[in-house]
Amino acid sequence: MIVEYRSVIVATICRVLAPFLQIYSLYVIMHGHSSPGGGFQGGVIMGASFILLVIALGREEVLQRMSERANDIFASLGVFIYAAIGLTCLLLGANYLDYSILPFPGASPEKARYLGMLGIEIGVGIAVMAIMVSIFLNLLGSENPSEEADGIHRQ
Amino acid sequence: LKVFALIASIMMGALLIYSTADMPSWGDPDSPASRHVSPRYIEKSMEETEVPNLVTSVLADYRGYDTLGETTVIFSAGMAVILLLRRRRRDDS
Repeated sequence: MIVEYRSVIVATICRVLAPFLQIYSLYVIMHGHSSPGGGFQGGVIMGASFILLVIALGREEVLQRMSERANDIFASLGVFIYAAIGLTCLLLGANYLDYSILPFPGASPEKARYLGMLGIEIGVGIAVMAIMVSIFLNLLGSENPSEEADGIHRQ
Repeated sequence: LKVFALIASIMMGALLIYSTADMPSWGDPDSPASRHVSPRYIEKSMEETEVPNLVTSVLADYRGYDTLGETTVIFSAGMAVILLLRRRRRDDS
């Protein structure tokens, strides 16, 4: 049985560290065009920051800020952004995922491909982040043993 | 039957080892794989997409359909975990 152990040092350091991790993940996503990085890597770093908070502060405290329902919506939204950008290209008369036709104001077809890639990287990042957190939370189960037993009984 | 399986796998392995002799050497610039598509990507990627990182332009643009599939795989994995492990609150049972 894992007992709860609250350390002020661990909790504070994780609290301080989490925003920097999240900023860094945004940097990795946005800067993936000119350095190693991209949607998958940035999404994993963002998910890791939430997992760190769950480990340090406990499940309930994190779920108050980001509910499981919102997390599920994020997971679907990321894949939806990707597929929707592809479908927009199709509707505008080009091939599926051919970003050069996307109507960004004042952008050449090459710049449109650049921006389209950025769009799908953001979608990938959101999806990966939400899926990482979702898998972790579901594997973790509940903190409350009575709730856990109740859940098993009801299933 | 076990002997038969052993003979079959040894024969298959021998066939595969024999066929590696015909593979191009590692990093060979004249191999078919690096003669057709790769130079095209390396030369045209910058002017076609304005993305300095070649990996990103191949991953997200030229092979965008593949990356969409990868994202869908991750999504499906997450949904499978949710379906199998999430505790649902049912009032009817």
